[in-house]
Amino acid sequence: MSNAPVDKGRRRFLTVATSVVGGAGAVGVAVPFIASWNPSAKAKNAGAPVEVNIRKAEPGQLIRVKWRGKPVWVVRRTQDMLDGLSKIEDRLRDPNSEEPQQPPYAQNKYRSIKEEFFVAVGICTHLGCSPSYLPSGMGEHVEGVESGFFCPCHGSKFDIAGRVFQSVPAPLNLVVPPHYFVDENTILVGEDKGQA
Amino acid sequence: MFKRFVEWMDARIPMTKTWNIHLAQYPAPKNFNMWYVFGFLATIVLINQILTGVWLTMNYVPSAEGAFASVEYIMRDVEYGWLLRYMHSTGASAFFVVVYLHMFRGMMYGSYQKPRELIWLFGMFIFLVLMAEAFMGYLLPWGQMSYWGAQVIISLFGAIPVIGDDLTLWIRGDYVISGATLNRFFALHVIALPLVLVILVFLHIVALHEVGSNNPDGVDTKKPKGTVPDEEKPKFKFHERFTSKKDIVDSIPFFPYYIIKDMFGFGVFMFFFCYVIFFNPEMGGFFLEPPNFEPANPLKTPEHIAPVWYFTPFYAILRAVPDKLFGVILMFAAIVFLALLPWIDRGKVRSIRFRSVLHKLNLTVFAISFIVLGYLGTQPATPVATIFAQIFTFLYFAFFGLLWFYSKREKTKPVPERVTSK
Repeated sequence: MSNAPVDKGRRRFLTVATSVVGGAGAVGVAVPFIASWNPSAKAKNAGAPVEVNIRKAEPGQLIRVKWRGKPVWVVRRTQDMLDGLSKIEDRLRDPNSEEPQQPPYAQNKYRSIKEEFFVAVGICTHLGCSPSYLPSGMGEHVEGVESGFFCPCHGSKFDIAGRVFQSVPAPLNLVVPPHYFVDENTILVGEDKGQA
Repeated sequence: MFKRFVEWMDARIPMTKTWNIHLAQYPAPKNFNMWYVFGFLATIVLINQILTGVWLTMNYVPSAEGAFASVEYIMRDVEYGWLLRYMHSTGASAFFVVVYLHMFRGMMYGSYQKPRELIWLFGMFIFLVLMAEAFMGYLLPWGQMSYWGAQVIISLFGAIPVIGDDLTLWIRGDYVISGATLNRFFALHVIALPLVLVILVFLHIVALHEVGSNNPDGVDTKKPKGTVPDEEKPKFKFHERFTSKKDIVDSIPFFPYYIIKDMFGFGVFMFFFCYVIFFNPEMGGFFLEPPNFEPANPLKTPEHIAPVWYFTPFYAILRAVPDKLFGVILMFAAIVFLALLPWIDRGKVRSIRFRSVLHKLNLTVFAISFIVLGYLGTQPATPVATIFAQIFTFLYFAFFGLLWFYSKREKTKPVPERVTSK
């Protein structure tokens, strides 16, 4: 046994160095545990686009399809509904769709490619409930508005272009997913035009 | 024979010693009232949940395709499956009933005050884990309310700036709630959180047994060593671990005296518990909600969604605020303030019996606010209901503000040296 005096500085350095390396190791081990909670490759692939046939859609009808597990609505709006859009703009949070809740080609007054067909993800921007479609009777929730979407969970209100009204819990307009018209009667939800 | 067995054990593990320290020679104040049974009852319910839970997993299928059907299978085809499930679902509500009463007891008698701050904190962590446990368990039947309730609660995390959206994606493991979410909630519900819960309960009791129980008078029953004449000490044998440092007064051993009392409380509790299990398992839609008898449908939200009753006070606070992020912050603040009670209350007198009229009033208003918020949380958010929710949310938080303000120089009654009961 050596009787050399204890080199405290050296001991301290070794303790700190060991702790740091050990700590880095612990962080490394945590990575797989945390990362395994991310969506799996299977879940990511399930985001394939869906086709919606709109040939039989009546004016005022809402077609509901599932895209990435979410409800997507295609509403064939009547002329009355479209006419009503410009009358309520002062009561909306984001009447001109300035927030990036839609692709550029839907950033217009109707928030759609063709005026008639409104495509939106049917999930409230507040806490993720699916609002009810009220083709008539929206007046019960917003005075003087005939049609729109009402979220039963926390009372958020949207007009027939999915624009959110003021003083409701939802902060943003409904999301318009990427979509395009394959032909006269078919909409493809989940892809922009020209995308592979 | 038995004596030799005990000796054999005691030489290898502190069996008799632990029994004596924590039960047979553990001094508990002699003046406990009926408010003191709820800790015991919470333990009983925890055991019930673990036992019935283990049995339910034997037939439950944790997958989006199989979950709903397997619960119906348990209800209809498994022998006594209906009973095991109702014991578990009623147990969940019973857990919150006894825990809320247990917490209110602590608030009334100042059991959170020095030196019991850590007991209170462990208790608050138990409460948090219990809420997570209940929330994740509620997703498992994969009914409409399971699905949309989870959708709303997970979306709460989306309110956090910058990382919110990625965080909700990470929690769900998918772009919407799906089988991936169900499976991880199952794993957390049956393994991870129960383990944490049991460890926290253990720490809660270890901390309690270190400082000893408070009592309805809030008077210390452990006096400085050598200040109490022998004839005033109780005629029971307490473990020297307690008597060597302090003079114990007005106390009785936990076993058998309080075990007997707790067993009586257990009998009364079972009367109500069995009534619900056998005659009213849905409890009018409060314990099991009607939309949950429909399988989860990701395309359609039920007309009116509300969480189970034990979350509704906090849910009402969330809805009372017309801003998403601030609503979430306020809801969590409602729990954080409760956890900070030992430091918000700057008073030295523990029990409500000797505190000011203002304090009694304040605590009453708090209790009423909690109940009213709980009711409002079950109702649709009409404009009138929202205004009421805002008023009572204000009163809920006013409790803490007022308490901090007046407790420093509170006009209290004189506190007796010894507990008041004979």
